[in-house]
Amino acid sequence: MDVNRGLSGNSNGFDRAWPDDATRIPDWIYTDQDVYKREIEKIFLGRHWNYVGLECEVPEPGSYMRSYVGPFPVVVTRDMDGALHVFENRCAHRGVEFCREYRGKADSFICPYHNWTYDLKGDLTAIPFRRGVKGKGGAPKDFEMSEYGLRRFRVSTRGGVIFATACEDLESIEDYLGPEICAEFDATFDGTEFTLLGVHRNILPSNWKLYQENLKDPYHATLLHTYLTTFGLFVSSNESNIPTDKYGRHGGLLSRRPEGRPDVSEEEKSNMQAFKQTMELNDPRVLKFFPEADSKWSGSVLTIFPTLTALRQTNILNTRLLVPRGPNEFMMLWTVFGRSDDDEEMTRHRLRQNNIFGPAGFLGIEDNEALKFLQDGIRKAMPREGLAVLGEDDEATDTLITERAIRGMYRYYRDVMGF
Amino acid sequence: MATVIQNKAGTLRDARLEIEEFNYAYAETLDQMDVDSWAEFFSDDAFYQVIARDNFESGLPLGLIYCEGKAMMKDRAYALLNTEMFAPRYLHLTITNTRALSSDTDGIRASANYTLIETLVEEPSRVQQVGKYRDLFVRDAEGALKLKERVCIYDSVMIDNCLVFPV
Ligand SMILES: [Fe+2]
Repeated sequence: MDVNRGLSGNSNGFDRAWPDDATRIPDWIYTDQDVYKREIEKIFLGRHWNYVGLECEVPEPGSYMRSYVGPFPVVVTRDMDGALHVFENRCAHRGVEFCREYRGKADSFICPYHNWTYDLKGDLTAIPFRRGVKGKGGAPKDFEMSEYGLRRFRVSTRGGVIFATACEDLESIEDYLGPEICAEFDATFDGTEFTLLGVHRNILPSNWKLYQENLKDPYHATLLHTYLTTFGLFVSSNESNIPTDKYGRHGGLLSRRPEGRPDVSEEEKSNMQAFKQTMELNDPRVLKFFPEADSKWSGSVLTIFPTLTALRQTNILNTRLLVPRGPNEFMMLWTVFGRSDDDEEMTRHRLRQNNIFGPAGFLGIEDNEALKFLQDGIRKAMPREGLAVLGEDDEATDTLITERAIRGMYRYYRDVMGF
Repeated sequence: MATVIQNKAGTLRDARLEIEEFNYAYAETLDQMDVDSWAEFFSDDAFYQVIARDNFESGLPLGLIYCEGKAMMKDRAYALLNTEMFAPRYLHLTITNTRALSSDTDGIRASANYTLIETLVEEPSRVQQVGKYRDLFVRDAEGALKLKERVCIYDSVMIDNCLVFPV
């Protein structure tokens, strides 16, 4: 069922009209197939750096992993000279998605269907029976193997994070992030070597943009996530900051955990229906904090447009890649890591602390459930608009009860999409 | 010699029957979402982990759930029952193919297959997890079996939204 929504002739070639009021977000950006197709063209193949993985996931020459640029399957490789490559996971011949392992080591990729062979750069190096048999058949005489390599993306890295783009003349990662967000990005990805601890994978029945919204939304943090307040990890009176880049497309949710138990005001308590007097964990090791970044913030959530979120919360380090699978569903790949100089106890500390996040984490469960409920409402109910009315666009960036960063992302989105 | 082997096989068969009873009670407890009682199936110093099979086989230690000691399990139980928001659901945990593999002074090594089927409001039932337990059982002061280690290695690497309750 595809109900045509928000009808009115529009010069963008779509029967879509964004409401005049920037605090209104129309349902159709989350549900409609033609909007999704336009996102592929304008966003994922457009002038954006798409996160594809971490260097510690492809640590050695010959390492490779499956990943995605927007919805498109790609392979990330490190060639024998140590250079990184990102190319489509689709044989140039008949279109087979040839790389089927999560990750591994290889010196070439052979498509299983007709054995066309590619090197670690994505160049075609061999096709069987190129000259045919007994002088008959085979590839055309003028067949140039160099013209049939895999489609490649341009690659750039910063602090061990790998990005790819289909755009030939995109600015550097630094300029793409902008100074405010780049500074926070560099505080987490500070040049130390990282070690992969593992990957979580889950599929969420909601639109990919809702996850970016979720992590740009400090308003929900203490209301949905009672765990945070119950065990004193985060309360609304914590010192915090919510920077965005000048376009509004990237954002940060930065907070500083006070020493000891948080001070919860009567005003806060009366507003938090689910507030329970803070209590102690049976095993308080889980919440221990060993400062490790050159930053005043003990919590840093970065939302990098379009599909990366990077988290440094206490001693949890992870990235999340959002992989759209149509308007109503996306896959999330969580890469959890530590630092190469972690000792065994620090690694175990990170593993214990990771109970908070992930698809069975105390926060992960709630966000995933909430986004599912949200997509259900948008998808099934009579069309209307969502509200993002809290806060002001020109407020001080330490304002916490606000939806400024969500409005910022959609200001940029409308511009790129032509809505 | 033949008698010794017979006795050992007989011991492991007895252990398997006892572990099967244990696992049935364990499954029933989780079906009822009684996570407080779930923690009591473990010894105080137990290790409980739910880990994706690809991570496990690659030697990557990240757990979907990672509890060092019963105290962490109790904290998870408290959080689930008192702080967590999730959709109402029915749980159906089936534990099969129980095997007692060896028995020595460390305890009894055992394995079993498990399947968790979840049913949400107005949704068809679906497999949430399918995997294998790698267990180490010990006996408490009264001689009752307790899990000293349960590592739940799940094949269903791509999780449907989220896993709320332990398996
Ligand atoms: Fe959240």
